[in-house]
Amino acid sequence: MENEGKKQRIGVYICHCGGNISDYVDVEQLSDIMKREEGVVISRDVMFTCADSNQKEMIRDIHEHHLDGFVVASCSPKLHLHTFRNVAQRAGLNPYNYVQVNVREQCSWAHSDHPDQASVKAAGLIRAGIRRVSYSEALEPLRITAVKSVVIIGAGVAGMRAAIELARMGNEVFLVEKEAEGGGQVAAWDTLYPTGTSGKDLTQLMLKQIREIPAIKLFTNATVEHVSGSLGNFMVEVKIRHEKEESLKLPAGAILVTTGFDSNLPAEGTFGYGLSDRVLTLPEFRKRIDEASGNLMVNGKKIRIVAFIYCVGMRQEKGGNKYCSRTCCTTTMHASLELHRKFGNVKAIHLYRDIRTYGKQEVLYNQASQQGDLFMMFKENDPPVVSLQDSRLKIEVTDHLTDRTRFELEPDLLVLVTGMVPRSDSDRIAQLLKIPVGNDKFFNEIHPKLRPVETVINGIMLGGSCQGPKNITESIQSSLSAAAKINAILCKESLELEPIVARINEEACTWCGICAGVCDYDAIFQMETDGKVIAGVNGAACTGCGICAPVCPADAIEVAQYTNHEIESMIDGFMAPVILEEKLAEPGSEEETGEGLMKEYPGIWKEILKQLDKEPLTIPQIAKQLQQESELITYHVMTMNKYRILEPAGTDEDLTFYLYTPKTRLS
Amino acid sequence: MEPIKKSPKILVFSTDKISDPGIDQAGLRKLHYSPSVYVISMPCSSGIKPRWILHAFEQGFDGVFIAADGHECSYSAKCPEHTNTIIKEAQRLMEEKQISPKRIRMAALCSVCAEPFVSHMNNFSKILAEI
Repeated sequence: MENEGKKQRIGVYICHCGGNISDYVDVEQLSDIMKREEGVVISRDVMFTCADSNQKEMIRDIHEHHLDGFVVASCSPKLHLHTFRNVAQRAGLNPYNYVQVNVREQCSWAHSDHPDQASVKAAGLIRAGIRRVSYSEALEPLRITAVKSVVIIGAGVAGMRAAIELARMGNEVFLVEKEAEGGGQVAAWDTLYPTGTSGKDLTQLMLKQIREIPAIKLFTNATVEHVSGSLGNFMVEVKIRHEKEESLKLPAGAILVTTGFDSNLPAEGTFGYGLSDRVLTLPEFRKRIDEASGNLMVNGKKIRIVAFIYCVGMRQEKGGNKYCSRTCCTTTMHASLELHRKFGNVKAIHLYRDIRTYGKQEVLYNQASQQGDLFMMFKENDPPVVSLQDSRLKIEVTDHLTDRTRFELEPDLLVLVTGMVPRSDSDRIAQLLKIPVGNDKFFNEIHPKLRPVETVINGIMLGGSCQGPKNITESIQSSLSAAAKINAILCKESLELEPIVARINEEACTWCGICAGVCDYDAIFQMETDGKVIAGVNGAACTGCGICAPVCPADAIEVAQYTNHEIESMIDGFMAPVILEEKLAEPGSEEETGEGLMKEYPGIWKEILKQLDKEPLTIPQIAKQLQQESELITYHVMTMNKYRILEPAGTDEDLTFYLYTPKTRLS
Repeated sequence: MEPIKKSPKILVFSTDKISDPGIDQAGLRKLHYSPSVYVISMPCSSGIKPRWILHAFEQGFDGVFIAADGHECSYSAKCPEHTNTIIKEAQRLMEEKQISPKRIRMAALCSVCAEPFVSHMNNFSKILAEI
């Protein structure tokens, strides 16, 4: 049966959005048209569908009209999908029996230059929504119980701070560190802006706190070897290398990745790097400043002039890294200030492309300028030229601040300002955890603004600079944000997961394994049911991406809300003809034949044509013969007339009604 | 206001997180494109079934455009490969029905790719009108 299981009591709400939609789309007329759609019991146009008063009215409608599904045609689903899912829930309707149709961003605004066409398109969009909701299923969230423990990979500042907070919130924490000690890269740094604390003191303080909290177990010399399971119940296998090698299996409700960054290492010969003791990277230079006392020396001589070349290996149009590492400008200013603070009168010359000391860090730029540092600006396509002569350094640079004056500099030391790059082992971690990496090869969050610390894998979060260049403050901000997010998940007695996941048609599936082969998340497994080997889906691991669906030779996989019925009925809805203000229109067509229409109302139109095949008839006569209401037949005959499927053929004997005869014969 | 003449009907498959927001941006910025463009948003372009593409042509669409995430896809690094395979399979099905393979196109669009989307729609409309 075609109608089996389809929603029969659908409500439709079309939003004016205070004119944002209704200035271009005839929402009143569309609301009337939608009343005649199959399964629709109420259709309203509303000034603001998202307004509290309307939400209450919708809840009342759902109760009074016993709605089993509803459609809201308003703005982009990114804005109000959850608003109306909540309305459904408050009214006792399953939130997945609701469909949001975007008639603002993708219709009224996009086609404000053609309001007539915008209305026609909106009709198609809303009809698609109605058809989709008619096939919608009531979905229940997947419920699982989570273990209250977290594995944090990487015991740098981001990982340690998150560990402390997660433990304080009542979770058991396993902190896994690859190196022999916790602290990460910050442990090696001297004074930090703006507090002046040393990196060593900061990390030692955190390590002390960690030792004092019994709920945190820090494993050093430890690497993650294998990860299985899914949100709520991961199992992380860790190898520890002390006197003897040991393997541990750590249960985790969630995993936080805080593996940090590597410093970009220039290729040998880049601005003389690797060819002379006088050319260092920024981290090497900082180490030199931190360790030196008295005078800063190179080759036994006191250093008087230090030049910095910025953006080495970063912001490269071709080759190198395209992104800006954004922390290095500030780090360089800070290094220059430290240089002066510790060693007095040393001249610093900054050869830069742009300075990005954003936020409060601008203070450092000002201080560097005030202490007399020189700034010269070069362009990417005209970089400084470094030559080494008898252990002396010579730099030629064209300065764009002084009308492209060519300068020759002879500094004692050249510092290459290198930025942050993904850790060399990040590919391995990405593969173990199945988390995606971006073009820049840092780990990718699910959405930079809306879900900035979550990955597409439920329960795996990102913190700190493994996600992209960050300073210490930003790293800790993001890892604490991830910690809060993790605790919000684990503190619940049971977890609710989005039920939009893949599912298997057990009858059609014959297990070929292709689906499991393309799934990046190990969410598909082989199982046996009633003696038949088929594919099974671990709903907690499934991300609902749908990659498995098109590859199935038996078409035995569908993702909830994206079923064949739902998508194909939407396509039908887009193409359904619409009559607006007596004007026949369908997007992009001036002429229409009956062919397409028979897909729309095949039953009743065929019946009408069958009657007319015998002899010309009036509308009341057709209605009588088909035992249908005259109003319904009037509507269909008028539509068929407009589409030239039939045509008037004189009047009846009383000159009261038109007689109609077929114009198109349907085979 | 110029009346729109017969313009090809295009079905766009977009992605919830990346390309659909880009298409929203076009509307937000009132960058106009043909009103006979309709969009279905999916979690990932790798989840589009070739049979849906064929269904669209059978229902009268003139072209199908896949606004993919390319290498920005947050689900799979192999997304472009998967999507490409889907297009090839769709073209095979289209061939059986004598539908030109030029009627399907793919491009990677980002979440702020408003202008590129409009330009893709304009170009594709032109190509379809010439087929």
